[in-house]
Amino acid sequence: MKMTKDRTMSFLFDGLIILFMLLIVVICLYPLLYVLSMSISDPLAAARREVWLFPKGFSLSSYEIIFENQQVWTSYYNTIYYTVFGTIINVIMTIMLAYPLSRRTFFLRHPISMMVTFTMFFGGGLIPSFILINNLGMYNTRWAILIPGAVSAYNMIIAKTFFQGIPESLIESAKLDGATDLRVLFSIVFPLSMPIISVLILYYAVGHWNSYFPALLYLNDAALQPLQLYLRRILIENTGELSSDMAISVDKSLAAMQLKYSIIIVSTLPILCIYPFLQKYFVKGVMIGAIK
Amino acid sequence: MTVNDVSQPKVKKRGWWPTLKKNVARDKYLLLLVALPVLYYIIFHYFPLYGMQIAFKRYSPGRGIWGSQWVGFKWFRQFFGSYFAGRLIRNVLLLNIYNLLWGFPLPIIFALLLNEVKHAAFKRVVQTISYMPHFISVVVVVGMVFSFLSVNNGIVNVFLEHLGIEPINFMSEPRWFRTIYIASGVWQSFGWGSIIYLAALSGIDTEQYEAAKIDGANRFQQIVHITIPGILPTVIILLILQCGRMMSVGYEKIILMYNTATYEVADVISTYVYRNGILGGEFSFSTAVDLFNNVCNCILLVAINWFSRKVSDISLW
Repeated sequence: MKMTKDRTMSFLFDGLIILFMLLIVVICLYPLLYVLSMSISDPLAAARREVWLFPKGFSLSSYEIIFENQQVWTSYYNTIYYTVFGTIINVIMTIMLAYPLSRRTFFLRHPISMMVTFTMFFGGGLIPSFILINNLGMYNTRWAILIPGAVSAYNMIIAKTFFQGIPESLIESAKLDGATDLRVLFSIVFPLSMPIISVLILYYAVGHWNSYFPALLYLNDAALQPLQLYLRRILIENTGELSSDMAISVDKSLAAMQLKYSIIIVSTLPILCIYPFLQKYFVKGVMIGAIK
Repeated sequence: MTVNDVSQPKVKKRGWWPTLKKNVARDKYLLLLVALPVLYYIIFHYFPLYGMQIAFKRYSPGRGIWGSQWVGFKWFRQFFGSYFAGRLIRNVLLLNIYNLLWGFPLPIIFALLLNEVKHAAFKRVVQTISYMPHFISVVVVVGMVFSFLSVNNGIVNVFLEHLGIEPINFMSEPRWFRTIYIASGVWQSFGWGSIIYLAALSGIDTEQYEAAKIDGANRFQQIVHITIPGILPTVIILLILQCGRMMSVGYEKIILMYNTATYEVADVISTYVYRNGILGGEFSFSTAVDLFNNVCNCILLVAINWFSRKVSDISLW
């Protein structure tokens, strides 16, 4: 009796869990699916509020307007620029710090570790940093985006933890053979560290792609601003600078709405297409970070 | 000391200078590597600490940080004398408490239930989809919130209209701000937040489940007696971390979301610092407010860590 009761309960439980998971999938996907549908629907159908889930009619007119806009291209270029060069600087600097700190024999290991860890708990704050960047003459230059966040202490610890997992004996034997520390880094540590380097690249690159705040603080010149800052003007401040190019066939505010949905897709789609394939690296980063 | 000198064979003691020279010679390439990052830390993390002294000065750009005139605790008195201090602290704490109530348990529940899904492919697909919101930028998330909740054409108000409810101007209603802030935050982070619990779950020994089954434990009993105790240490550590952050809030998102109509519930210390300092140019006053916030965060983290070491033997350092 008890067995069969347990089995039906278990069966019911499985069913409920699957329903719950489907609900989660809907909650995660619906907002973006709606945005996508609105962006490719016939503008009139979108304006008449007929779109709930799937697109009604088909039109790419809002995408045409977006791709004809010079400012969109400029800010897209800037975002790619900051993502590529920012990430290169980040990864190189992080490894330059993490590798020496991972070496147990390095005589400055503890003082430098302390120096880095301290900044995770206490910082100078917004205004002193702002004054510093201004005094360094970085205001309104690309350096203000690339340099101040060059190393993230959290990512450095992830990398350091990974390097520490490389067997000490491997390094010792190479050193006995006369290899210098640099040689050890390039011929032993690097080849074994591709997983962690991928994690660093991905973490930093996504961070650059999605960040807007440093640009808001330091970049006044529209020619230097990244996509996220442009999105802020269009989506949140409602400046209407995009929709002014729009034909007057439909109501301006409704047209502006469809444009917003289209530009969300244009800015977000690259990352959403890439992340599922790189998922295992992201997850690995969280796991290594969790050990520390 | 003298006893040691007698009892141990004489080791040739080096002075600090030869030791240093030997160390530098041995680790010269490591030093070469570490030099640039250390320089970076000194300039971009430690120089602002030096600059923080303007919290006790009347900073004027012409005179510089060092040359500006000392004013003692003037700015702190001004802040605590104002009506903002109480409001800002209340807002920070309330946002954090609501986030703790919703944002903390949901990833755990999601991980626990996902762990019960038998079908491996289905499980993986759900997991991948649940990470997706994490990769959407905060600007886009807030932009979507604005669009969906817009009074004119937002889908939420269109839906409410169908139900016969008057449209609500969500973004300028103070009573909706916290709900919207927390809900969009939970949407963005619950999947990503569950990774760490799923990792802890996969570390539980499967033999325990086998043994429990033989003893006649059903699924719920297995969850209560094996799964939950298995992830409890992870839960406690993350709870400690979360409590240590009670006085800080992701202000990048609030700056995007709030407006003058919602300041009374949305304005927190860091947004206040941004407005007065960067937009208003009151550098010294804002630095003082920021310093107060930083000190609170630091004390809180140390205190929480001390507490947890006392009661549960778990600590961060």
